[in-house]
Amino acid sequence: MSDLETFRSETRAWLEANCPAEMREPVRDDGDVYWGGRNATFKSDAQKAWFEACRDKGYTVPAWPKEYGGAGLSPAEAKVLREVMASINARPPLSSFGIWMLGPALLHFGTEGQKQRFLNEIARGEIRWCQGYSEPGSGSDLVSLQTYGEDKGDHWVVNGQKVWTSYADKADWIFCLVRTDKNDKYRGITFMLFDMATAGASTKPILLISGNSPFCETFFDDVKVPKSYGEDVPAQVGEINRGWDVAKYLLGHEREMISGADGGNTGTIGGALSRNSVDMDPLLRAELAMFDVDALAYAAMGEKFLDEIKVGKAHPAQPNMMKYAGTELNKRRHELIMSAGGSTALEWDSEETEGGKPSRNWLRTKANSIEGGTSEVMLNVISKRILELPGG
Amino acid sequence: MPLYHNDDQAMLAESAGQFMGEEGAIARQLRHWRDRDCKDGFGHDLWKQFGEMGFTGILVDEDNGGLGMGHVEAGIVLEEVGRNLTPSPFLTSSVLAATALKHGSDDMRGRYLPGLVAGDSVFAVAVDEGAKHNPSRIATRAEKSGNGFKLSGKKDFVIQGASADMLVVAARTSGSDGDENGITLFAVPKDATNMSHDAVRLVDSSMATHTTFDAVELDGDAVIGEVDNGRAILDAMLDAGRVGSAAEGVGVARGAMDLTVDYLKQRKQFGTLIGEFQALQHRAAHLYSEVEIARAAVIKAQQLLDGDSDKASLMASVAKAKVAKTAGLAVREGVQMHGGIGMTDEYDIGLYMKRDRALQEFLGDAYFHANRVAELSGY
Ligand SMILES: Cc1cc2nc3c(=O)[nH]c(=O)nc-3n(C[C@H](O)[C@H](O)[C@H](O)COP(=O)(O)OP(=O)(O)OC[C@H]3O[C@@H](n4cnc5c(N)ncnc54)[C@H](O)[C@@H]3O)c2cc1C
Ligand SMILES: Cc1cc2nc3c(=O)[nH]c(=O)nc-3n(C[C@H](O)[C@H](O)[C@H](O)COP(=O)(O)OP(=O)(O)OC[C@H]3O[C@@H](n4cnc5c(N)ncnc54)[C@H](O)[C@@H]3O)c2cc1C
Repeated sequence: MSDLETFRSETRAWLEANCPAEMREPVRDDGDVYWGGRNATFKSDAQKAWFEACRDKGYTVPAWPKEYGGAGLSPAEAKVLREVMASINARPPLSSFGIWMLGPALLHFGTEGQKQRFLNEIARGEIRWCQGYSEPGSGSDLVSLQTYGEDKGDHWVVNGQKVWTSYADKADWIFCLVRTDKNDKYRGITFMLFDMATAGASTKPILLISGNSPFCETFFDDVKVPKSYGEDVPAQVGEINRGWDVAKYLLGHEREMISGADGGNTGTIGGALSRNSVDMDPLLRAELAMFDVDALAYAAMGEKFLDEIKVGKAHPAQPNMMKYAGTELNKRRHELIMSAGGSTALEWDSEETEGGKPSRNWLRTKANSIEGGTSEVMLNVISKRILELPGG
Repeated sequence: MPLYHNDDQAMLAESAGQFMGEEGAIARQLRHWRDRDCKDGFGHDLWKQFGEMGFTGILVDEDNGGLGMGHVEAGIVLEEVGRNLTPSPFLTSSVLAATALKHGSDDMRGRYLPGLVAGDSVFAVAVDEGAKHNPSRIATRAEKSGNGFKLSGKKDFVIQGASADMLVVAARTSGSDGDENGITLFAVPKDATNMSHDAVRLVDSSMATHTTFDAVELDGDAVIGEVDNGRAILDAMLDAGRVGSAAEGVGVARGAMDLTVDYLKQRKQFGTLIGEFQALQHRAAHLYSEVEIARAAVIKAQQLLDGDSDKASLMASVAKAKVAKTAGLAVREGVQMHGGIGMTDEYDIGLYMKRDRALQEFLGDAYFHANRVAELSGY
């Protein structure tokens, strides 16, 4: 048996022994996902047991090095783990912006001290992070951001407002883009980390069309951010005034995540939906079939993309394509789920729909092609950086 | 298996790309033969060169002089064929017929395969009966007669039927027209009496025939595989052809897209390069995304076919349907973004549009295959 085959059978055995049956069910709502953090609670004993088993094994962040709380798996081993987890429908033991976004940025740009401290906290689910990029006047044109940090020697005083900060009200810390030099659009931004409990930081929820409000306006009113949290633990990632490089790198990871390339948004729907609607309209059936063609093709693209990323064959702007195509597909998926569901799918608060799941999900997916960069911005990037079309 | 080409495959892609870009180029082949109204629609010298390059025998095992490779490799050649609109019998002979002949007797393989590998023989495939691909209904009949059979019926859309040295024919040996079982595949030699071809030139300048079998007498050894049990071989042959034509379609899409993106970088209107207009940039970027996704579907289908996976048929249909939609988009956007010159015969973009139209129809269009995806998914 090859090493990889040994790893596969060991992993299968470990999962069999450690993944409770309840954790092998599809994720139905936010409560089914454990996000960690200072104020986190578990929904069930099974959720707690599954999280703790994974944490101790390094499986909350399997590909990170062991010294930072990971399992130090090679890309091939990580793929095997993903496959085996998927084969038993195991839920992710821990979800967080720390894992998807800040972590990769720290692995790439962080000091040793920052890695030791923050990566371990993320891997162990101790600190929950939020992302402070967008501002009321700066969305697609992110470098126009105005939140300002004034240099006071050993600390900054930060003033300004962020918007759309997902889960800011539940987060412990924020990774935040702050202008520290007003004279240089790109080179005047610093990527800062600070505690949301600091005096002067406050949040206010935003109600979405889905009826949920996991997003916030975030206000900074003379927030005092120290320049260092200890030896080799500066408050900023990368150099001061060079935060844009970190921000861009991180956006690549965010786009990959939202695209569903990792398996999130790739399923077909025709088979499942047709079982529920007995008199399926032939035109709806045809649309479902066309959708399934696109979904299966996109799933192949997701697999190819991950394979190519691993060996450095993918174009650096390829995540933008994945994000664009994956999110547009996901919107179409939920339009069709609504159509197949008929009037039942319209029910906003019934037991039948578990509290309006189809319509709330449908509305939520409309953000997929906005958050993390809009589809239009993705198309701009593809045309400029991949097709090398002229202008702007 | 990772979904990209390994080193050997990348090398094959390079040599196939170079060969097709030079020897198989549009001016040298497609336009050349078209302008001469060539009755075959392709050049036999080039086919011979396919043989010298080893392409012809990619799917033929080594015992019969081939390379014993798989559908990924065949697809590499086909993508370059598509990109350069190179007319050749590769898809019908080296992919479809070669797949069917895997199930032929040693004798039959010895009879036909050396000619294919050498680039001397051309094979055609006769499945469709009517204007739309529908292999679940086969009315052409072969009745037992002495030691052999008498074949009667009519086949349509037989690509290169009149040029072929041998036709693989799907016929019914028992049951009624719509039955799953009772199908037998026959290798019908070109000189069979009572076989007649009505040859027609298609929109893409290729040649096809309506072929009539009027009690064509066949020996018992013309049977490929077993009598009455040909459905599985037919399906395997068709899936190989579908994945192959999807690979060619990706090549057509890429060829059209590359031409168009180049044009956007050269053409000036309103004092700027038209590639600066966001209305065009976004459409080009969308097209690029679709082409990349279609390519992924094709390589996935090729790998599943090579691995004999039970998911191969599903993915073959996904690939064929996805490519049909994508290549269609590529050629429509191509002609439109070329403006007026896109409508002229002098510019190549219109040739891509014509080839795509024919390829979309071959072995099932996007509707056929989306429907098959639904059926294979249980709805
Ligand atoms: C659910 C959700 C969660 C989010 N979570 C976070 C978060 O956690 N942290 C965070 O910092 N931000 C978050 N965001 C913000 C998100 O990143 C921005 O909404 C996004 O970047 C778009 O910016 P905007 O809303 O200001 O739209 P605008 O930039 O004002 O765009 C308006 C429209 O104009 C189009 N447009 C803009 N510029 C161009 C151009 N150059 N070419 C063509 N079209 C253009 C856009 O595509 C869009 O259709 C979230 C957003 C949503 C909806
Ligand atoms: C069959 C035929 C018959 C014709 N008959 C006549 C005739 O009798 N008399 C005559 O004078 N002319 C005639 N024309 C010419 C016709 O009017 C032009 O072809 C047409 O105006 C387009 O110009 P173009 O071909 O130079 O394309 P271009 O202007 O080069 O356009 C190329 C592409 O760029 C796009 N594009 C250009 N500018 C922009 C922009 N600002 N924003 C976004 N996209 C842009 C176009 O839409 C097109 O897709 C004919 C053309 C055809 C095809």
